Amino acid sequence: MSEQSPHVHCPVPGTGSGETITLAHGEGGRQLRRLITERILPVLGAKSTCFDDAAILSHDGSDLAFTTDSFVVSPLFFPGGDIGKLAVFGTANDLAVSGARPLWISLALIIEEGLPLATLDRVLTSVAGAAGTIGVAVVTGDTKVVPRGAVDKLFINTAGIGERLSPAPSGPVSLAPGDELIISGSIGRHGVAVMAAREHLDFQPEPASDCACLMPAVEALWAAGVPVKAMRDATRGGVAAVLHEWAAACGHTLVIDEQLVPLGQDVRGVCELLGLDPLHVANEGTMVVAVPAGKAVSAAEALRTASVSSAATAIGQIQPRGVSPVLVGRTLGRRQPLDEPHGAQLPRIC
Amino acid sequence: MKFLDEYRDPVAARRLLAAIRRQATRTWTLMEVCGGQTHSLLRHGIDAELAGVVELIHGPGCPVCVTPLEAIDFAQQLCLERGVVLASFGDMLRVPGSRGSLLDSRAAGGSVVAVYSPLDAVELARHQSDKQVVFFAVGFETTAPATALAVHQAAKCGLTNFSLLVAHVRVLPAMVAVVSSPDSRVQGFLAAGHVCTITGCEEYTSFVDCHRMPVVVTGFEPVDLLAGIAECVRQLEAGQPRVVNCYARTARRGGNRIAQAMVANVYEACDKPWRGMGVVPRGGLRLRREWKQFDAEHRFGGLKLPVLDDCQCRSGDVLAGRIKPTACSSFGTRCTPDRPLGAPMVSSEGACAAYYRYGGLAVAGAKEMGV
Repeated sequence: MSEQSPHVHCPVPGTGSGETITLAHGEGGRQLRRLITERILPVLGAKSTCFDDAAILSHDGSDLAFTTDSFVVSPLFFPGGDIGKLAVFGTANDLAVSGARPLWISLALIIEEGLPLATLDRVLTSVAGAAGTIGVAVVTGDTKVVPRGAVDKLFINTAGIGERLSPAPSGPVSLAPGDELIISGSIGRHGVAVMAAREHLDFQPEPASDCACLMPAVEALWAAGVPVKAMRDATRGGVAAVLHEWAAACGHTLVIDEQLVPLGQDVRGVCELLGLDPLHVANEGTMVVAVPAGKAVSAAEALRTASVSSAATAIGQIQPRGVSPVLVGRTLGRRQPLDEPHGAQLPRIC
Repeated sequence: MKFLDEYRDPVAARRLLAAIRRQATRTWTLMEVCGGQTHSLLRHGIDAELAGVVELIHGPGCPVCVTPLEAIDFAQQLCLERGVVLASFGDMLRVPGSRGSLLDSRAAGGSVVAVYSPLDAVELARHQSDKQVVFFAVGFETTAPATALAVHQAAKCGLTNFSLLVAHVRVLPAMVAVVSSPDSRVQGFLAAGHVCTITGCEEYTSFVDCHRMPVVVTGFEPVDLLAGIAECVRQLEAGQPRVVNCYARTARRGGNRIAQAMVANVYEACDKPWRGMGVVPRGGLRLRREWKQFDAEHRFGGLKLPVLDDCQCRSGDVLAGRIKPTACSSFGTRCTPDRPLGAPMVSSEGACAAYYRYGGLAVAGAKEMGV
């Protein structure tokens, strides 16, 4: 090491670092995955399929899918959606991408003391509206009120049960070289909309979330007889998180072409301004689909018959594992590794 | 999209690549100053495309990376021990100090707020009159005008609970420090386009006269970078170094005079330690005496020196361009974005982060495979 004033060397971080949960653990990337595999699964004795969007349970010959999700979005209301709509569609989507038709959901509310009743009414109306739209029944629930400051206005947990479609997707572990990847719509809309609303960033036009139910898209694929291997809605951590999870599951390399991924000009502009990678930004009505070799064209055509996936397009394929689990073809045509999301994306300084 | 599609056009980029390869009769060594340029070069694989023709040495243009450890430690002390609301640009929050990062401080109960603009910090102070708000003023000349404006705004509002922890640094003195080092291999510079948008490029004329190497004001998109590199190579082949502005759509020769005046009103140049590089003469900014009441160091007492352990982090060598990140034995193994040994692995403008994100995984994997 070069001789310099010791005052400008950088020491190894102190022992305080890494001993507590940080917000980065909740961002859907590498740190969350490690938290689950290293701390949560071993204690619970749970299977590694805990990474799947839903658990598939067999009882008396029937296959049901069971999932749960918690919603802590701030602000509660944002262009394109709100916490109520998100709570219904988010859980419905976890079932849908597991190849199951959502039937029943539970609704658990944790309410901060002082929340205006009118706000609660508005959220509940949204929950009812969203559930009605997709034919899902809210069959049970719970309500807790906590002192001011214990939660941020309102947190919601929903658990959902669905009936498995046939044939069932074989899952990401079955992905093999030659399989093809499709995205169901343009990316980054939800993360950008929520960030802009939360930080009062006054973009024109106002970015809107893609919050929507993906079941019509899944049904379109099944109706067309497309053999689907895996599906995943690209929520926290964005498309990059899905690709990395699938690469870890199947042991191969996933390759996509950046130019083929649909990206709205408004989202693109916000991401460029803040130095964000759209592939790392959350979505709430957009999924990645994996199909066998040669089926991408028919899969994308089938998806485009549903309005939630009208912009579906093929974006890449699986290759035998190289050194990097995920590669992205960039502007000049070179394929560069796509990093796994880790921690919150923080906007650049200059 | 305006200015993105044209400057990311693969056809234009390939044309410039071919021109550079045609023109170069030997390998030239250039330094791109700004961390944003480093990330763009690696993201688009331009460094690999030019292997053997142009070697790109990555400069210290990451203001987060060069912020001294003591400043981060002081910021942590302020929010953890003095009840201060510490407002900062988001990129600063992940950088490790002596006792973890500011994100760790937040998790430990310190009040740390990420803001997009220093004026947001002034607003915070206005609305929380019972709390002291300190804004961590990090950045090059690009950011200094906004923090200067924040000081003016705070004065106009009569705020007594707002101050700056000043960590601004200046680019040109750092370039002088780089080429003045006896082991410097730099033969030309891609100057930082956004810094020049504020400062202009007139001040580089005497640098070129003194050091006889090209300085080309360069942007950040692939076509911008290749145009800047092509101009540097052209000058080096002809032996005619000068200052050329290849980012004229944003940077003008005289820069932004209003911003310059604002900075000159509030700040003055001073010698400053750059993390990893030692003291850079006139390499930083400090508040002028008449604005001292807004200086957090002045308000809350001086910086304490940290306790230092034996360090495996080679960020100093990376920032000064002596080694590439992948030459560091800790790269990708002991040092990753999740567990960084130093700032360049965790800042969005850090060279180590760029290598890790856009290619280093491959290198790290190859290292593990013994390739």
